[in-house]
Amino acid sequence: MLGFFLRRFGVMVLTAMCLTLIVFSLVNLQPNLEKLAKEQNNMRMTDQQVTIWLQEEGFDRPLLTRYAEWAGNFVTGDLGDSTRFRKPVSEIVGERLYLTGKLMFWVMVVMVPSALLVGVLAGMREGSFQDRSLSTFAIATTATPEYVSGVVFTVIFSSKLVGLQWFSGSASKAMDGITFYNFTLPVMTMAIYGMGYIARMTRASMAEVMTAQYIRTARLKGVSFRSIVVKHALRNALIAPFTVIMLQFPWLLTGVVIVENLFNYKGFGWLLVEAAGNNDIELLLSCSVVAVAVVLITQLISDIGYVYLNPRIRVKS
Amino acid sequence: MAKWDYDGPILEIENLSISFFTRAGEIPAVMDFSCIVQPGEAMGLVGESGCGKSTVALGVMQDLGKNGKIVGGSIKFKGRDLNAMTVAELRDLRGSEIAMIYQEPMASLNPAMKIGRQLMEVPMIHEGMSEGDAYKLALEVVESVRLPDPERMLKSFPHQLSGGQQQRIVIAMALMSKPSLLILDEPTTALDVTVEAGIVDLVKDLGEKFGTSMLFISHNLGLVMDTCDRLCVMYSGEAVETGSIAEVFDRMQHPYTQGLFRSIPLPGADKNARPLIAIPGNFPLPHERPEGCNFGPRCTYFEEGRCNKGEIPMFPAGDRHETRCLKFQEIDWTAPPDVAVKAEKTQAGDVILKVDTLKKYYEVAASALFGGGEKRVVKANETVSLEAREAETLAIVGESGCGKSTLAKVLLGLETATEGHVLLENNDIAMTPIERRDTRTVADVQMVFQNPFDTLNPSHSIGNQIIRVLEKFKVGNSQAEREEKMLELLDLVKLPREFARRMPRQLSGGQKQRIGIARAFAGGPKVVVADEPVSALDVSVQAAVTELLMDIQRESRTTMLFISHDLSIVRYLADRVMVMYLGHVVEMGSTDQVFAPPYHPYTEALLSAVPIADTSVEKKRIVLDGDIPSAMNPPSGCPFQTRCRFKSEVPGGLCEREVPPMRTLTDGHQVKCHLEQEILDRMEPVIKVHAAE
Repeated sequence: MLGFFLRRFGVMVLTAMCLTLIVFSLVNLQPNLEKLAKEQNNMRMTDQQVTIWLQEEGFDRPLLTRYAEWAGNFVTGDLGDSTRFRKPVSEIVGERLYLTGKLMFWVMVVMVPSALLVGVLAGMREGSFQDRSLSTFAIATTATPEYVSGVVFTVIFSSKLVGLQWFSGSASKAMDGITFYNFTLPVMTMAIYGMGYIARMTRASMAEVMTAQYIRTARLKGVSFRSIVVKHALRNALIAPFTVIMLQFPWLLTGVVIVENLFNYKGFGWLLVEAAGNNDIELLLSCSVVAVAVVLITQLISDIGYVYLNPRIRVKS
Repeated sequence: MAKWDYDGPILEIENLSISFFTRAGEIPAVMDFSCIVQPGEAMGLVGESGCGKSTVALGVMQDLGKNGKIVGGSIKFKGRDLNAMTVAELRDLRGSEIAMIYQEPMASLNPAMKIGRQLMEVPMIHEGMSEGDAYKLALEVVESVRLPDPERMLKSFPHQLSGGQQQRIVIAMALMSKPSLLILDEPTTALDVTVEAGIVDLVKDLGEKFGTSMLFISHNLGLVMDTCDRLCVMYSGEAVETGSIAEVFDRMQHPYTQGLFRSIPLPGADKNARPLIAIPGNFPLPHERPEGCNFGPRCTYFEEGRCNKGEIPMFPAGDRHETRCLKFQEIDWTAPPDVAVKAEKTQAGDVILKVDTLKKYYEVAASALFGGGEKRVVKANETVSLEAREAETLAIVGESGCGKSTLAKVLLGLETATEGHVLLENNDIAMTPIERRDTRTVADVQMVFQNPFDTLNPSHSIGNQIIRVLEKFKVGNSQAEREEKMLELLDLVKLPREFARRMPRQLSGGQKQRIGIARAFAGGPKVVVADEPVSALDVSVQAAVTELLMDIQRESRTTMLFISHDLSIVRYLADRVMVMYLGHVVEMGSTDQVFAPPYHPYTEALLSAVPIADTSVEKKRIVLDGDIPSAMNPPSGCPFQTRCRFKSEVPGGLCEREVPPMRTLTDGHQVKCHLEQEILDRMEPVIKVHAAE
C-alpha cells in the first residue's frame, strides 16, 4: 500500500514538472519577456533599456537554469512574488484556493447526490416514462454550458426583467459570508451542468446492472423490488460513476474559471484569469502546479475508492 | 405465509403456451406444453438450444421479462394457479417454495455482496428470521452442500471461490428455505466433468434427503439419466415425448428422440464400423416452423400429406408415456439404423509431429495492476512428450487448467516453448513464433477453434474469408484460381456454393464450424489441432460436424490432434489418447488401452464422471474430492496426489515427494504413477455394458 502511494506521488511530481516546464518555456518566450519589461517599468522603454533590464533581472540566462532555480525555490516553499498583486504568491494562492474550495464543496454537495438519485431512478426501470423524462432532463442540462445557464439563471432569478429577484447576481459578498441569497446561483450553475453527465453515467451503469443475472437471482429469491435496488444493485451500479465523479473535480476547475468571473467571486478561477491576463509569471506557474495536484490527488482517491467499492480488485502490498 | 399443504402433484403444467412479442410480431416459444411433477420426483427437460426448455422454467417462475407472455394454458403449483397470482404472492413463493439453480454460477451471485449475506437474506425475507438464526442456518446448509470451512465461505466474496464451489453456494442458496420445487437450468454446463459429477451426486442426495421435487433442464441425455426419474424431450417449442427414463431410453416412441440417441457417441459406437448418424437439416427458427409436425422436414419416417397436415396432439404410448408422433405405432423402433458406408480403418503412416520433453512456463506478476511483488510461475506444460503419425487421430483429454490449450498454442506458434522440442518432420518449431514461421509451416499446422461464433469476422463474406486464407498460404496463382479452390473447399465441407456470398450472421453454428474446418484445411495442412470443435454445438449437429471432420481427415491423411474433455467422443474417434492433468501427461496409449484397466487413477475418475445416456451401461461411481489445484501452486510430488483415492496404497508417502516416472505397461501404453503393478492389475473396468436385451 505504501509503495502504491509512493509511486503515485512520484507520478504526480513528474507530471507537475513537465507541465510547469511547458508553461515556463511559453511565458519566457522573448516577446513576452519584452512585454513584461515594459509593463514593469514604462511602456516607452527603448530596446536597449529592455535588454539591460532583462539582464539585471537575470532573464538572459539559459531557460533550464532559470527553471531549476524556480523549481528549487518552489520546493523550499518560496513561490516568488506576484507582479499583479505585489504580494508573495503563496499568500494569494492559499487565500483564493480556500474560497474556491468552499464553492466546490457546495457544488459537490448539491451535484453528486442529486445526480446519483436521478441516475438510479432513471436506470432502475429502463425505458419507462420515468426513465425517459429524467434522461431528457439530464441531457438538457449537460447540453447547456455554464456561460449560457449562468446568464439565463441570472436573468430569471435576479433581474428586474422577470421580477423574481430571489437571489443575488453577484457572489462577491459570499467571500465574506455565504448565504442562500448570494451563493445559490453560482453553485446551481455549476452543479446543474455537471449533474447531467454523472446522471447519464449512473443511469447507464444502473440499467446494465438491472439486467445482470444476479439481479434475476435476487428477484427469484423473492426479494422485493425496493430491496433489489437498494441492497443488490446500488453498490454494483456505483462502481463506474464513482470514477466519473472523481474526474469531475479537475473538470470543475475549468468550470470555476467561467463561473467565478461571471459572478465576480474572487477565487482560484478568477486568480488564474488575472494571472494570465496580467502576464504574472510566478503566479501562473504556481496555479499550474495546484491544478496538477488537484487532478492527480482526485485520481488517487478515485482509485482507492474504486478498490473499496469493487471487492474484486485489491491493492496488494 | 406461503407454505401450504397439498396432496396432489407439486407442479401441473397444462397446455402451456408462451410467446415473445417483438417488433417482428408474436414469436411462439413454447406451444401446448404439458407435464406433471409429483412430490419427490425429478423431471428432466431435454432438448437442444432454442427448443424452449428454459422458457418453460422461467414461465413457472413467472419471470418472462417485458416481452414474454403466457398466452394459454395453466401452471398449477400445489394446486394453485401461478398465472393468477399477484406480484406479492409470487414474491412470497419465489425462493421459499420454488427455487432455481442457474447455468453460470459466477454471474448468478452478486459480486459485491458477501456469500453469507446472500444466503442469509432468503430466510430473513421469507421467514422473518433474525440475523443470528439465519447465520446459523447458513452455516448448516453450507456444510450440507459439502463445502470445506463454512465460516470462511460465508465471509468470502463470490470471486474468491472456484466455479464448483460457487455452484454449491447457489445450490445452498436454493435450499435455504427448503423449497418444494427446485428448478435446475443446465446447472453443470459451465463446469468440468469431475466437478460436474460431484454436483450431480450432491443434487441427487439432497433430493432424497429433503424430498424436493426437481425440474432438471439439460441438453445432456446422460446427465438426465443419472439424475431424473422421468423426462420430457422437447423440440422446437413442443414436448415430443415424455415418460419415465427407462421407457423413453429403451422404448422410445418418437423419431426425434431416436435421432438424438443415434447421434451421441455411446460406448458401442465406432467411427469405422458403426458411425454416428446425424439428424439431417437444421433446427427450424420459431417463425419458420413447418405445418403439422415440427420435426417433419428432418424426419426419415416423414409421410407427405399426413405428417404436414394440421395439429398433432400427444398420443398415449404406455404407462405415463406419451408421444407427439402420428406414426408411432407403425414404425419398427427396434430396426437397426441403416449404416450408409462402412469405412476402412486407415493405417497410420510415418511420424509427422514429435514433441519432446516440452515445457511451457508463464511468468505472472503477483498483481498486474500495480506492478512489483513476487514473480510467480504458472507451470502450464511439464515435460510433455508425444508422437503423432500421418492420418492418425491423437486425442488430448483433460479438464480446464490441465495445459491442453497451452500445448496447442505452442504447436501453432502462438506461444513459444520454455524448453524442449517440437519437431514437424524434423524441423524444430518449438521456439519459432508464428510471425517468424514460413508460409509452408503456418499452412502445415492449423487449428479448428472451439467457438465458431467468434472466429469468423462478422463484416466479411464467407467466400472472402476463405480466399484471404488461400492468399496468405500462397495457394493458387490468380484470383480466379483461388475462387475455384474456395468453391471446392465449400464442397469439401458439404456446404452449398451459394454460401460464398453469405455473411457469417446468416449461418447456423454448425455451418460456421464447417467454415472453420474449411479454413483450417485450405492450405493442405499436415497437422490439424481441433480444440473442442463440437462442444459449442447442439447434439444433433455435433455428430454431423464430427463425421465431416473424420471424412476429410481420412481422405487427406492429415494428422489430427483432437483436444476434448468429452471422453465419449474421444473414445469414438481417437486412435490414441493422451490424458493430461495439471500440465503433466499422466497416461498415454491406444484408445482401447486407455479405456480399459489398468488405468491411471485420474483416468479412472474421469471415465466414471462422464454421464452416459445408456441404461444398459453400469458405471462405477468415483467422485473426486475438491477442485483441481492451481497451476500456480501445484502440489508437491505427483500432481494428482491431493485427489487420488489410491494414495494410501503407495508406501512411505512417495506420492507427496516425487513426481512418478513415465512407466511403460504394455506396448505403447504409458502411465505416470507410483502404484505397484499388482494394484494396477487388480483394477476393474469403470464402464460395464450389459448384454443387449
